[in-house]
Amino acid sequence: MIKQNVIIAEGLSKIFGNFVAVDHISFEVAKGEIFGFLGANGAGKTTAMRMLCGLSTPSSGKATVAGFDLFKDTEQIKKSIGYMSQKFSLYEDLTIRENIQFYGGIYGLSKKQIQDKTAYLVDHLHLQNYQNSLVKSLPLGWKQKLAFSVAIVHDPAIVFLDEPTGGVDPVTRREFWELIYDASERGITVFVTTHYMDEAEYCNRVSIMVDGRIEALDTPNNLKKTYNSLSMDEVFLKLARKAARGE
Amino acid sequence: MKQFFAFVKKEFFHIWRDKRTLFILLGMPITQIIIFGFALTNEVKNSKMAILDFSKDAASSQLVQKMSVSKYFDATTVLTSYQEVLPVFKKGKVKMILVIPQHFANDLQHGNQGHIQLICDGSDPNVANTLSTYASAIIKDFQSAIVKEQKLPYRIETDIRMMYNPELKGAYSFVPGVMALILMLTSAMMTSIAIVKEKEMGTMEIILVSPLRPFGVVIAKAIPYMILSMVNVATILLLSVYVLDVPIRGSLLLLLSEGLLFTITSLALGLLISSITDSQQVAMLISLMGLFLPTTVLSGYMFPIENMPLPLQVMSNLVPAKWFYSIVKTIMIKGLGLSYVWKETLILIGMTVFLFGLSIKKFKTRLS
Repeated sequence: MIKQNVIIAEGLSKIFGNFVAVDHISFEVAKGEIFGFLGANGAGKTTAMRMLCGLSTPSSGKATVAGFDLFKDTEQIKKSIGYMSQKFSLYEDLTIRENIQFYGGIYGLSKKQIQDKTAYLVDHLHLQNYQNSLVKSLPLGWKQKLAFSVAIVHDPAIVFLDEPTGGVDPVTRREFWELIYDASERGITVFVTTHYMDEAEYCNRVSIMVDGRIEALDTPNNLKKTYNSLSMDEVFLKLARKAARGE
Repeated sequence: MKQFFAFVKKEFFHIWRDKRTLFILLGMPITQIIIFGFALTNEVKNSKMAILDFSKDAASSQLVQKMSVSKYFDATTVLTSYQEVLPVFKKGKVKMILVIPQHFANDLQHGNQGHIQLICDGSDPNVANTLSTYASAIIKDFQSAIVKEQKLPYRIETDIRMMYNPELKGAYSFVPGVMALILMLTSAMMTSIAIVKEKEMGTMEIILVSPLRPFGVVIAKAIPYMILSMVNVATILLLSVYVLDVPIRGSLLLLLSEGLLFTITSLALGLLISSITDSQQVAMLISLMGLFLPTTVLSGYMFPIENMPLPLQVMSNLVPAKWFYSIVKTIMIKGLGLSYVWKETLILIGMTVFLFGLSIKKFKTRLS
């Protein structure tokens, strides 16, 4: 089977004034892959991700996302991606059910689809007793799992996760990653930025950004071999130390 | 379209969940109308008055009697000498003193000339002015009654009539003003806060990544507040007709359409505010300082624009509320039709189109 690439970036750059936030990055992400996008603070990973989501216009380069051109077909891209930001992205004053209905609604799902999705998610996340409680009453870990499920409620080709597990305990993080594996098995490509190196190990492939450039891109095992390290932590430190930019 | 309604529905949930704000929004017109209609009235009723009557004859007591039965004055204090005048004012016991000199009846009958002195507490010039006008009117009335009785050949009568507002009711100018104020507040401030809140919460990013078009997002956010504003217009009109006895002399349909137009103008302003700031506090401050203040001060309903210095008069033309206030007054109080307010209406439409254009342009599709 030929690997199908859902994200292809070629020489993508973003320049703010004199500052080159993202410097000619090129990479491909295959369908269903869990692609880890690592880098120290200020390395440019969030900017790169925002470009791929259509939130920010690239200064130069080429890219296709879900088979659509990043410059010409942003509307098509928007329909085929899901996004979960660093900031927690559900409406706190809405119930779980209403949040699912809202996001299903703005992605144009039919009433029937929304009903089925809601039933499935409530069951899958074991939220039966809470479906009509306001989101603000839920613990953070639950909110994040729910936010992820809502981000893929319309079965997008790709889901972008921007540091999705900030501030939660390792157990919840592990559960969160089980949801990510589920999504990947259903053919959804997962593009994830993270600070946690244990999470980097869960990815199929990892890219590490330093000063706006991609310094390394491979499977976690190959990276460890290349950099002669025992863990991703070590790999990351070896690469990130080269950074000229501060935080 | 379905996406759009999903969004509008969500907005209603936000408003509905925040019961306190909803309560304030719907209660504000009621309290404002009550406050402006009853407490802040510039009519003067039952003002305390002192009498200094040196003649104590039939004519003088008749005049005192006439004054104190009127609803404007309450003769509460009787003085006996001029020495008591200052202390009474200093204590703030009375607003006006009626001084009747000696031989009042005699002078009237034989000299055909009576003198009366009114001393008013000028520390509140508006009240003093009103009181002296009322008192003079009563005295004139008294005088003409005497003249009639005695069938003398001449009589002086001044007939003052107030057009549109014969009783000079304050509510006639407050109702249109309150309407402008409330619409400005609910539409502009609440919309700007609602949009900025999404930015603060981080949900705006998610929405911008979604296939919803920015224009749709903006309209969907505004619709619930438009509906709320129209409820407020209805409340204000009902209260003014049934509680304050302010009539709607012109076409109700025209009045409501103009209300809707002004609501849209305010919404456009709210959108513009939300596009220049990312914090709810700033949005609220800009709304209060930038909208509330000019609306109260420069729209003409509290202070007459004609009396302002020229630069302020010119500035007042930029305040949408000024035009709306004039439209509502013309339709509601004067009972005139569109042919008298088309100019103001066109100006409002122009402002609305301009503001909407500007805010849509500023509302960034891409947050870069």
